[in-house]
Amino acid sequence: MATSLQPDKGAAVIDAPSGAPRAPKHRDPSGWRSRLYRIDLKATPYVYVAPFFLVFAAFGLFPLLYTGWLSLQKVELGGEAEWRGLGNYTRLAESDFFWNALANTFTIGVISTVPQLLMALGLAHLLNYRIRGRGFYRVAILAPYATSIAAAALVFAQLFNTDYGMINQLLGYVGIDPVNWETEKWPAQIAISTIVTWRWTGYNALIYLAAMQAVPNDLYEAAALDGASRFRQFISITIPSIKPTILFTIVVSTIGATQLFGEPLIFGGSLGIGGGSGNQYQTLSLLMYEKGWVTGALGQASAIAWVMLLLLLAIGLVQRLLSRSNAQKKNGAARS
Amino acid sequence: MTYALLVFAAVVSLFPLYWNLVAASHTGERVVQAPSPLLPGRELFNNLSIAWNQVDMGEALINTTIVAGAVATSTVLFATLAGFAFAKLRFKGRNVLLAVVVATMTVPPQLSVIPLYQLITEFGWVNQLQSVILPSLVAAFGVFFMRQYLLEALPVELIEAARMDGAHSLRIIWHVVFPIARPAMAVLGMLIFVQAWNDFFWPFIALTPDGAPTLQVALAGLGSGNHTVNHAIVLTGAFIATVPLLLVFALLGKHIVGGITSGAVKS
Repeated sequence: MATSLQPDKGAAVIDAPSGAPRAPKHRDPSGWRSRLYRIDLKATPYVYVAPFFLVFAAFGLFPLLYTGWLSLQKVELGGEAEWRGLGNYTRLAESDFFWNALANTFTIGVISTVPQLLMALGLAHLLNYRIRGRGFYRVAILAPYATSIAAAALVFAQLFNTDYGMINQLLGYVGIDPVNWETEKWPAQIAISTIVTWRWTGYNALIYLAAMQAVPNDLYEAAALDGASRFRQFISITIPSIKPTILFTIVVSTIGATQLFGEPLIFGGSLGIGGGSGNQYQTLSLLMYEKGWVTGALGQASAIAWVMLLLLLAIGLVQRLLSRSNAQKKNGAARS
Repeated sequence: MTYALLVFAAVVSLFPLYWNLVAASHTGERVVQAPSPLLPGRELFNNLSIAWNQVDMGEALINTTIVAGAVATSTVLFATLAGFAFAKLRFKGRNVLLAVVVATMTVPPQLSVIPLYQLITEFGWVNQLQSVILPSLVAAFGVFFMRQYLLEALPVELIEAARMDGAHSLRIIWHVVFPIARPAMAVLGMLIFVQAWNDFFWPFIALTPDGAPTLQVALAGLGSGNHTVNHAIVLTGAFIATVPLLLVFALLGKHIVGGITSGAVKS
């Protein structure tokens, strides 16, 4: 494990002092202390990063691979494994429950992520103005982030109750008939998305805000001189400037949406694990839990988990391709 | 206009929390009546004592504090060490290892729960808090967060000077790295504490409401009883689970806001 001698191109780093090792004063430089010192210098980086990698290997990587292996087996809770090859995956492909859960995960993901990020952008834009009491607004919009999934889902389940919930009461005041938030597919998915959106909008707004504050002020001043409206400035300066941050939040929210579990589970009460009376909001995670811990089919549950991973990899690939083609477009524009 | 929209956003953010308190202070019958109560009632203490006993919220509260405290402490410690190494030390494979750290952030927990569940069953750890603590001892996000901070906050000259004076690594960590990293460590500690306090998926699998649940697992149990559910009691439980974090927020909200805006962005 020799340390490399080339200077690092990145940030400044520490290396062994050049020339003879500088041992503590009054000590023989070639003695055991100096050797110890050198070992200390070379080995400690690995000691510092070791805990992360040990924990990851034991509780992340090994289970990940083991889940992949399990997904090729027929295995029950507490039972022996039996080779099945891709059988679990072909079964999933033939299962209506799987396609239903996949579609639900997608639709709930879209109707929670898109409004959430758009509203967060708008909020960040507002908070970026010089306003009084902005400290208060920042803490206030972040408060939902401190609320647990379970508590939020329980409160919203009451607010969305079909018979006595406050949402239907409010709709009643403007002359809209009570909506069946629990049993009808789209209302139920909207209700669940509302919980997600409520919890995460403020968090994303603060991330955008931080990025917006790094945008140089001259850009806005120049635009104002050219007579650009504030909205125009927002579209033409702010959004392009914080694009990397927007991409980052899209990726993070997509990962979160793919894993959606607690909100539908608790929103549904005793029907939560099935994702409602007609599985109208059963997500992939819920289906995986049902297969693994209610039915006891761990092999199939593992296959669902791996489908989720493949989905995320596909999304990551698409995102990378998109950002690359965007960069090419920019280059092209610069050249022409 | 700006103010109107911001006030609206603040109201929408805070109202469900306020209504949670209102519902927790009425009887179960009143909560399920339209029009819904909008002002606090008089049943809060009565509801608290019922909820407290029904699922042993006291034990859940202690369990959650232990889990979140242990996870936050160890994450901050290990993440600072690893973040320091990635930011300021040179070693073979540094860039590759850092890439691995970042990549692990995208792996969903669903991928590991089945083997983990088999593992804790094997060890007899179902309903034991260590089954929730151990997998969370250190988080990739924390390592990355500390690296970003130390990259700028820690001058290399300081470490070099300490080395010239003959300080060994532990001394440098203790006397140079930790004091400089302290603000970031505090923020990371709060973020991880909030996250661990609210964690649901794995605790829901590893702990049962009748065993040694965390608050979130206890709440899930309260909300999905097969017999008639008293919604005031359920929401009182939700209130108990939320209040400690809201207090933390009221006291340290500014710093948490600062932490989110400083650390999460630079990707």
